[in-house]
Amino acid sequence: MFREAWLTFIDFIRTFGALQLFFLRLLAATPSIFFHRFGLVVTQVYNAGALSLVIIMVCGFFVGAVLGLQGYSILSKFNAEDSIGTFAAFSLIKELGPVITALLFSGRAGTALASEIGLMKATDQLSAMEMMAINPLHRILVPRFIGGVISMPLLAAIFSIVGLFGAHLVGVGLLGVDAGAFWQQMVATLEPSDVYEGIIKSIVFGVVASLLAVWEGYNAVPTAEGVGRATTRTVVISAIAVLILDFMITAIFI
Amino acid sequence: MQQTRSVELGTGLFVLLGLSALFFLTTQTTGSSDFSSSDAYEVTARFDNVGSLKNRAPVAMAGVTIGRVTSVEFDPQGLDAVVTFMIDARFDQIPDDSDASILTSGLLGSQYIGLQPGGSEFYLEADSEIQFTQSAIIIENLISKYLFSQGSDSGSK
Repeated sequence: MFREAWLTFIDFIRTFGALQLFFLRLLAATPSIFFHRFGLVVTQVYNAGALSLVIIMVCGFFVGAVLGLQGYSILSKFNAEDSIGTFAAFSLIKELGPVITALLFSGRAGTALASEIGLMKATDQLSAMEMMAINPLHRILVPRFIGGVISMPLLAAIFSIVGLFGAHLVGVGLLGVDAGAFWQQMVATLEPSDVYEGIIKSIVFGVVASLLAVWEGYNAVPTAEGVGRATTRTVVISAIAVLILDFMITAIFI
Repeated sequence: MQQTRSVELGTGLFVLLGLSALFFLTTQTTGSSDFSSSDAYEVTARFDNVGSLKNRAPVAMAGVTIGRVTSVEFDPQGLDAVVTFMIDARFDQIPDDSDASILTSGLLGSQYIGLQPGGSEFYLEADSEIQFTQSAIIIENLISKYLFSQGSDSGSK
């Protein structure tokens, strides 16, 4: 039994190492693809980013609106309804924006990437490319990875802004908090480092979510079941990785 | 071809939207655009006790913020605290015998430096030091003073 646990552990370390090497190979190929095959990247930014806009904006709006409601119900006990802008901005920009966007992103774009690549593998399209002396890593994986990395910070910023708008609509429009106080308190309390923390988080999450999606798809067992499992694993592992990294980055910034 | 065009259009719109959101976040939601260090001058002041004064705390005159604290340091020779702060260069006619005190906004709010104008004809300039300072009021000291004064009153009667 110990032996089995030990083997599982070794296997985990080996997979982890392989993932790092895979990441380095992606990074090494990134500049040449970005400059020479920019069209491929644009298509993937469209697939990963532009097509995720609707879900991001709708979720952002309602997350912000709920923050407005909850914030009001708590803050009004302390007669501090005016701080509702600060409350919403802090939660959205530092935490909820990057984290929820990353979770939605891995659910919307990550699964699409993993199943697409997995299916290409299952139907031998990747092997066919290799036969034609085309490196599937360059042609298929790297553009998708870059597309995800570019899209994620932009989506997170849009999420935060739409969320602030939602909080503003609920706080000012519905609950009658003063609009001036909403913005003034927010601007006075929020520091540039808070915004940078959110942006850095969204970049890191973008790299992690895209990397895991591409990796799971590329290493999927080439059967219908294997592709399905790879898709599931993408969401599960991305969610775990994002939340652990979120804790670590927050700890660094505090 | 038509399809490529719409993909490019969608991508362009998305990236523009995202970048403008980023721009809005970095410029409109934070208080960083008060003034930059280029159009401000530095003044120091020594305090016996700075309480919980922090970097970037406001420096206010007549209740209006005119600058920010840039550093709070302990001076091992004088055994007191040296506070350095920036004052917006627009306010260059503050008498050099003004006094600085550490005040608290609200009962439990954050601390800031309040400047009271003096009557001198010379003005504060870069690297000048404020001579008259008043330390932060520590609530514990106030309470103990109050308690001890109560005790001595009853003893003398």
